[in-house]
Amino acid sequence: MFGTVLTVAAAVRDFGPWNIVIALAIATSKATLVVLFFMHAWYSPKRTHLVIVSAVFWLALLIGLTVSDYAMRQHDVRNAGPPPVSRLH
Amino acid sequence: MHRTGELYGQFETLEQQKETATLGMWIFLVTEVLFFGGLFLTYTINRHYYFTAFGVGGNMLDLTMGTANTFVLIASSFTMAMSVWTAQTSRKNLLPIFLMLTLILGGVFLGIKYVEYKQKYDHHLIPGPSFDITYRINHPARGDNPKELAAERQEIGEALRTEDPENPQGALVALNAHTQLYFSLYFAMTGLHALHMVVGAGLLIWLFTESLKGRFSTSYYTPVETVGLYWHFVDIVWIYLFALLYLINRHLG
Repeated sequence: MFGTVLTVAAAVRDFGPWNIVIALAIATSKATLVVLFFMHAWYSPKRTHLVIVSAVFWLALLIGLTVSDYAMRQHDVRNAGPPPVSRLH
Repeated sequence: MHRTGELYGQFETLEQQKETATLGMWIFLVTEVLFFGGLFLTYTINRHYYFTAFGVGGNMLDLTMGTANTFVLIASSFTMAMSVWTAQTSRKNLLPIFLMLTLILGGVFLGIKYVEYKQKYDHHLIPGPSFDITYRINHPARGDNPKELAAERQEIGEALRTEDPENPQGALVALNAHTQLYFSLYFAMTGLHALHMVVGAGLLIWLFTESLKGRFSTSYYTPVETVGLYWHFVDIVWIYLFALLYLINRHLG
């Protein structure tokens, strides 16, 4: 609950480029508390921990690799939107 | 089957049987993480390329209703955790109460969502042929706050200047198109989440009716626990949705 108040309060104030980092950091800490205590992850066997970590791992892979793929495409940077997949045809 | 918590077939102990059920739910939740993850990925990449339009779109969401929904869902997660605890400690009289509270809070969430969606419909913000971000400022309704409208008008003006200072007509078309992309993602993500809530509500109704028959106790409360895991997951998805959709770029407003 306290986390939610913090999230909204933090969002209304502008931290510039840190905005998204802070919003995500607060969301992640809230999610972590829910997972650990509401979902009893704290009290569960090690293999459950492995499953949870694997979810985070694959999500990180999904987002990380795709974003880095886009980041390395060369294209006209003019607020024109995402670059095309390939210009070979 | 294991409806009465009896040892079933391939399991060696009741403990192992119960752990298997919860592990199964956890693995399902991993697939769900990646399911929503794909949409979050789409949001992330498009947000990077259409930063202005996503800011405009984000500021059109109702922060009050979004925050209220966040509190409602976190409260429902708490009542859900209490349900699991009462089942675990054989408090059979309290269990239906907490299950019903969770269900009611879920219903409140869906009700607020309905109001939000209706508001989007009224403001012509549903993606499609009638999508128009300038509709609200050009056709103010009676309940609209003039300061809000003025702020929105100014924001759209700024966004148009950022998009394409030389060509205001083309800029509006582009801004409309990119903001429509934002709202497509908004409805897809919150809609998928709401669908999961409805499924969760159905599961809760089933749990509630079963709990009234006194089926759950310390020796057997596995369904309560697994539905609890599912419900907490849906809550977590909302926590991230709220942060990314409603709270980014608020300072621009």
